[in-house]
Amino acid sequence: MIFSGTTGIFPAAAGLLSGLAAHQLSGLLILLAAWGVLGLAGLLQPRGRMVARLLFPAGAVVCLGVAALAAIFLVRGAAAQVLVLPFGLPDLPFHLRLDALSAFFLLLLGVAGAGISTFSAGYFRPGDGSSPGLMCLEYHIFLGSMAMVILADDAYLFMVAWETMALSSYFLVVTQHRLPEIRRAGFLYILMAHVGALCILLSFGVLQGGSWRFTFDAMRGASLTPFWASTAFVLALLGFGAKAGMVPLHVWLPEAHPAAPSPVSAMMSGIMLKTAIYGLLRVSFDLLHARHWQWGVAMLILGLFSAMYGAIFAAVQTDMKRLLAYSSIENIGIIFTGIGLAILFDTAGLHLFAALALCAALVHSLNHALFKSLLFLTTGSVLHATSQRSLGKLGGLIRRMPWVAALALIGTLAIAGLPPLNGFVSEWLLLQSFLFTEQIPHAFVNMFVPLGAAVLALTAALAAYVMVKFYGVVFLGQHREPSLAQAHDANWLERLGLAWLAAGCVLLGVIPKLALAPAGAVTSELLGQNISPSSVWWIAPIAQDRASYGGLILFAGIVGVIGITFLLVRRLAHGRMRRAAAWDCGYPHQTARMQDTAEGFGQPIRHMFGAFFAMERELPAASDLAPRYRVRIEDRIWRTLYRPIATATQWTADRVSRLQGGSLSIYLLYSFLTLIVLLVFVL
Amino acid sequence: MRPITIVRQFGEMLLAIGIAPLFTGWIAQCRAWMQNRTAPPLRQQYRMLRKLFQKDAVLANDASVLFRTTPYILFGTMVLAAGIIPSLATDLPFARAADAIALIGLFATARVFLSLAAMDVGTAFGTMGARREMMVGFLAEPALLMVLFNAFLLFGSTALPTLVDNSSRHRSIIDPSVVFAAIAFTMVLLAENARLPIDNPSTHLELTMIHEAMLLEYSARHLALVEWASSLKLFNYACIGFALFIPWGIATAGQDSAGAVFLAIGALLLKLIFAGAALALIETFSAKLRIFRAPEYLAMAFLLAVLGLLVHLLLGAR
Repeated sequence: MIFSGTTGIFPAAAGLLSGLAAHQLSGLLILLAAWGVLGLAGLLQPRGRMVARLLFPAGAVVCLGVAALAAIFLVRGAAAQVLVLPFGLPDLPFHLRLDALSAFFLLLLGVAGAGISTFSAGYFRPGDGSSPGLMCLEYHIFLGSMAMVILADDAYLFMVAWETMALSSYFLVVTQHRLPEIRRAGFLYILMAHVGALCILLSFGVLQGGSWRFTFDAMRGASLTPFWASTAFVLALLGFGAKAGMVPLHVWLPEAHPAAPSPVSAMMSGIMLKTAIYGLLRVSFDLLHARHWQWGVAMLILGLFSAMYGAIFAAVQTDMKRLLAYSSIENIGIIFTGIGLAILFDTAGLHLFAALALCAALVHSLNHALFKSLLFLTTGSVLHATSQRSLGKLGGLIRRMPWVAALALIGTLAIAGLPPLNGFVSEWLLLQSFLFTEQIPHAFVNMFVPLGAAVLALTAALAAYVMVKFYGVVFLGQHREPSLAQAHDANWLERLGLAWLAAGCVLLGVIPKLALAPAGAVTSELLGQNISPSSVWWIAPIAQDRASYGGLILFAGIVGVIGITFLLVRRLAHGRMRRAAAWDCGYPHQTARMQDTAEGFGQPIRHMFGAFFAMERELPAASDLAPRYRVRIEDRIWRTLYRPIATATQWTADRVSRLQGGSLSIYLLYSFLTLIVLLVFVL
Repeated sequence: MRPITIVRQFGEMLLAIGIAPLFTGWIAQCRAWMQNRTAPPLRQQYRMLRKLFQKDAVLANDASVLFRTTPYILFGTMVLAAGIIPSLATDLPFARAADAIALIGLFATARVFLSLAAMDVGTAFGTMGARREMMVGFLAEPALLMVLFNAFLLFGSTALPTLVDNSSRHRSIIDPSVVFAAIAFTMVLLAENARLPIDNPSTHLELTMIHEAMLLEYSARHLALVEWASSLKLFNYACIGFALFIPWGIATAGQDSAGAVFLAIGALLLKLIFAGAALALIETFSAKLRIFRAPEYLAMAFLLAVLGLLVHLLLGAR
């Protein structure tokens, strides 16, 4: 209405905007195109300041637009929107569809992406790797392809977007391609991505069920025998599991995440892993309608194992980004556990509890996108300020980088699953849904599943251990290297990006309704059931007298009590205080090397869970004048699973290469023999 | 929300703040008697707090803001927890804000802050204490959760007020699983509150201390708050135990009369006296475990809780 008197461009623009708000899918496509334009614009002036000053902030605004459109769609509870684009293969145009499930994950992408893009604006600068302009192109293609994966409604477009995502992220990972270890990490990543993509492709091949129609709509209606349905599920689990970092397909994750620049690690861990969760939900609930309880048990076991495995390995890492990568494996395990539980409940006809478990998984995905991006970005700031990634050379940064330290503390507490922040909400929901497993009508299953809750609790508590180690070693204590005294705080764009994500962590923890409402839209779509609506004050997923959690009350209570205590102590006690050297039981010679190192802090875990690790240790002899202590910890799965496969592949390749003698006549003989064999078949 | 519930809410929190040091003092007194020592008077804890509040605070040179705010956070979370746990009455405004699982989370928040504060100054003992504290914590949590599962199976709720209401209504239920759960809970209580056999609250022997190692750099009012918070934590754990296993006397929903409140206070004091004596007895009879025996101890607690769960499921009490 405000625009009506002006020149006429405004009404048209306003009309367009309201039209886009009504049909969010078209709006989303325009925003996706905007990312493409921004990316290409980066090539115009690859080393200029425009990339940082203009393109990345503009990308962040587009992210916000995506999140806003997805949120509008979810709030209105509109019916699914479909669009067919005349691209692609002649008889298979691109099908796009926006429903509650895809809107939820687009919301996640937009919210987390906005923070990461803002941070990137302050982070990327010309260095020895790829130029910022090229990064800008790859970055925005990566973002766009992830959104396209979520919007795709046929197997062809899905695979195209999926592969674009894998390739663009591969180029982002190998930004520092001059270092051989980074090229190696990139190779491992692209290899695992392709193994996964192959499984997904095969899964789609099974899902079409002989109709040879590859739209998701056709697959929804396809009737599969239990065997083929299970085959499709297992293939999808392997394929998406490889992308998500499910143990034992997780090996690329701790290699690729440290290799990539921090905003890219944040994006991969925060958002890309969630596209795999999205794919898994799409296939198992939407296309296959979650038919067999054994699927749930399989996912539950894999999820719990991944969670535990990730947490244990995170506890013994000495590189801060590897530590976070293992923690991602743990969180993905938690999400898998929720999905498995949802399948288990759903097949047993307990739809309300299924909705609860699925809600937990969805909310945890959103939470993880926020706090893991936040933490990866803080490692980026630390890396810029100190050029150190090894935990053994950091420490005491809270005094040099107060902003980053304060925001990282929020992420640390959130990921450790502590109330009143967001990580706790999803873990609480998941534990609540575990409480009802006793009602599952399968003997033994209902007895052993409650133990899963104990594993989950152990994992959550281990995560707290890991995060205390991370934060304590990086930000607290004394500087382990003298050079750290010169560390500087992050610039304002980086701080803004971090603050956005940290605010999300606090807000979703204090008012869980903000995350539960969109997740509820998804569960009503997939399961036809929703948990009881929550109020701003508290959530009570099943019934008020069963269990309730009031984040806002808890937050207000803590703040209130602390405030009153503070004022009373101020008023009643004197405020005298002086500084002195640390006491430490009166020991006079304190050096920074007397603090626990990262290895030292992980030592109890190494001691307790020794069976998980392949460990090499060198201990000093009693008489050594310059004692050295060295420990190397390796994933046992490398030795037991991957090495044999690699060796077998190499062996086969060697044998096959004997065919390749290099003489033309032999090759002609091969062709001739092949022809003969084929003729035998034909005749 | 009726005004009387708000009054009761704040009354309960103030009572907890008031008698928590007394409870700690009572345990110390019982221990001294059982070990043939002269017991410190009950007021000793209050005297110590007064003394600490009067002293000048000495802060390590490298201590950051986190170090200075942690005592307030610890005290605040513990007081809030005391308001959530139905120690006197079940009809409380705060009680709905957190069920038992969220309470564990609240305690975990306090633990993480204390560990971070211990690492803040960057001394050898502080980081060692933080590491050990987190280790005990992550082993204790699964056991505690299994105890709560047990309670949920019996009374259909993890909200402590509902648990108390339901169990006082079905007082005839005597389930063998409760016994297992109660033993497991007691073991966790000892470990979580830095008591024997996991930690010894009255020693500064460097090789064995956990909790005390984290407090080494604190002094004066900060130390007073941390000590007060620890005694509140012990008090809170005891009250959770009462709510789960011996909920007699707690004023249930609808019991608003002054008599019910006095009865509840009397019952609470009586339970605290007995529980304190029992804890002192356990501590007198047990020796400090080596730090690497702690996992075995807590695994034992976990197994007992699981046994309780299985007993309940196998007996099919439903």
